[in-house]
Amino acid sequence: MFELRLTDAERDFRDELREWLDRHLVGDFVRYKGAGGVCDDSHWEVRLDWERKLAADRWLNITWPVEYGGRGGTKNQEIIFQIEHARAEAPYWVGVHGRDLFGPTLLEYGTTEQKARFLPAIARADEFWGQGFSEPGAGSDLASLSTSAVRDGDEWVINGQKIWMTFGAYADWLYVLCRTNRDAPKHAGISMLLVPADQPGVDVRPIRNIAGGREFCEVFFTDARTAKGLVVGEVDGAWRTVMATLGNERGGTTILPYQASFSRELRQTVALAHDRGLTDDPVMRQRLAAAYEGLYVLDCLSRRNVETALGSGHPGPESSIQKIYWSRWHRDFGELMMDVRGPAGSVVGDDYTLDLMQASFLNARAETIYGGTEQIQHTIVGERVLGLPREPR
Amino acid sequence: MATTSADEQRVLRGTVRDLLAARSDEPTVRRLMETDEGFDPEVWSELGEMGLLGLAVPEDLGGAGFGLTEVGLVLAEAGRALLCAPYLSSVVMAQSALLASGDAAGCQDYLPALAAGQRRATLAYLEESGHRDAASIALVARATGSGWALDGVKTSVLDGASADLLLVVARTEAGLALFAVETDAAGLTRACLPTLDMTRKQARITFVGTRARLLGTDGDGARILAQVLDRTVACLAAEQVGGAERVLEMAVDYVKIRQQFGRSIGSFQAVKHACADMLLLVESARAAALSALQTADQDPAGLPVAASVVGGYCGQAYLRVAASNIQLHGGIGFTWEHPAHLYFKRAKTSQLLFGTPEQHREQLAQRAGIAAGRIA
Repeated sequence: MFELRLTDAERDFRDELREWLDRHLVGDFVRYKGAGGVCDDSHWEVRLDWERKLAADRWLNITWPVEYGGRGGTKNQEIIFQIEHARAEAPYWVGVHGRDLFGPTLLEYGTTEQKARFLPAIARADEFWGQGFSEPGAGSDLASLSTSAVRDGDEWVINGQKIWMTFGAYADWLYVLCRTNRDAPKHAGISMLLVPADQPGVDVRPIRNIAGGREFCEVFFTDARTAKGLVVGEVDGAWRTVMATLGNERGGTTILPYQASFSRELRQTVALAHDRGLTDDPVMRQRLAAAYEGLYVLDCLSRRNVETALGSGHPGPESSIQKIYWSRWHRDFGELMMDVRGPAGSVVGDDYTLDLMQASFLNARAETIYGGTEQIQHTIVGERVLGLPREPR
Repeated sequence: MATTSADEQRVLRGTVRDLLAARSDEPTVRRLMETDEGFDPEVWSELGEMGLLGLAVPEDLGGAGFGLTEVGLVLAEAGRALLCAPYLSSVVMAQSALLASGDAAGCQDYLPALAAGQRRATLAYLEESGHRDAASIALVARATGSGWALDGVKTSVLDGASADLLLVVARTEAGLALFAVETDAAGLTRACLPTLDMTRKQARITFVGTRARLLGTDGDGARILAQVLDRTVACLAAEQVGGAERVLEMAVDYVKIRQQFGRSIGSFQAVKHACADMLLLVESARAAALSALQTADQDPAGLPVAASVVGGYCGQAYLRVAASNIQLHGGIGFTWEHPAHLYFKRAKTSQLLFGTPEQHREQLAQRAGIAAGRIA
């Protein structure tokens, strides 16, 4: 992975971090090197232990203010952390949704009370969050969502159904997009509500995915309740907030952990290809070299986007370009990995246990869908970056 | 090596863009591409006076002492404007060959004149076989009493008919070596080749007992050639990104104004998504090209892998966006009158001259350790 140009202070920070990682990456944490990912709940307990170790010494959410559980550090330090953590192949933390997606959104759009109530618990890895955006009838056309929230005294009453909530079964709190104004145009009647998951009106049911995992869930709201103050941003005005969250999900620095795991997969695949005598085959050499080329280019693209994010603070619509690029690369690479495995790749373990290559091959199919499908990303790039006219909607 | 700040790079890019807007507009490109020389000597002098021909030449040899990063900025603009000039051949290939040879006297004798734009050189290495590997070079160099004599044929020599200094890779008893040949030497015949990409000229050159000067060490030619080609491919990537960026603009401008079914065709998903894919290729190729040039300047040991990557990736990215541009223009894109074909031809012939994606990937498999089963 790429190197950043560091100041002396940043080099000291990196050295301190490296030393910390060396000291703490022992025992189970080494055994589960590189375990887990943003959509993979394997080895949850080990990963949670690791997350709490990182959190205790304030290595996570480095840019968050100290009073909210952060370190009050710089964006550069955050990127240095992401790169070093990925390079050390440390287990991946589990609080992805609160820490990397909802937290930054709340930090930007939440009230002081909301931030004080929720951010420290996210930072400590004490509370986990689930994202209630998609519905059975509202996927790419998210703004057509119909889950409703109606005021009843000091509370909101929520009814409807959400789907594709990753790690939903672990969530203590849900951030849920609800229609709060049926008379407004569809983008202008949506609010982001924070809803406690542990109540009778919230029913979280795991959905089995193609890899056999149960990471994502559907959630039924039947007269579920939350306090009236638990709205992020303006009532009816969530759309801008949503776009910020999705921007965080698509690009910027969130790519760095992926990239480290892609490099590891490529290294392992090349080694396996060689062991199986496949690197003598010119066609296979071409495919492996094309994969190497693609990943090298991704590295160049990420470095540039990280630098842009450092400058402006936000992954812009350009993050869609990066999302399309890496998700396509990884999807295609998954197929190559399986070809390199050969017939052994067609056999799974007991209870449909998959090895890392099989899991990656299958999970890659989700990557061109979540955070906005490949097709939606193309429309975003066409309209918001290239300025092409919108299609009639 | 001196480096430039982001602001200085912006200024350099803007200066070159303004210059080429005036000096290399489409009518000028079309006029020059019909000539044998294929460039305007006045514009070349102007580039020399502005210091743009010696950016990567050390200061004590008359240059600016920068690196390929700065050369790449100029080439990106040259690629956008399809500048008809021997920039790649003289500034990149010939200058790189002289520097790589390590021949202090040769550098003293030639580089200041090249950097000033007083002379134009090129590198002759391809032969009739069309193979770029060192083993395929057959043109013979014999030591004579007073120096060296060359016998054989080089072809597809970029700007070979208009250059006034030829650098030639030839076979000696020690292996390969680099030679300089003056263009008025006896036994030298140069023929201009009609080219598919008319904006980039080529020549076939015959050597019969032609007097030559050895540059660097006899037997060091394969190393020099490999280094020159890697640097050239990295620079070519910048040129390709510039061209790709221009055809993307052309396509986007067109699909915004072209109306069919009562609305602009850019509002249709099929067209919009094709444009988005073009942007994806341009942006990723740009990031890769920039990285390869920085690698050449700051981490030369990493250049072979970087060059193989951009040789495959940027070459193919350019071809794809140039082809999409024709497609999105429909019938008008297939006409001689429209500039789309000029970029498409530049994109394809650059791959033929400097390596197809498959050739670069095979090289990458060797260089990056894929063939050996261990990548870094």
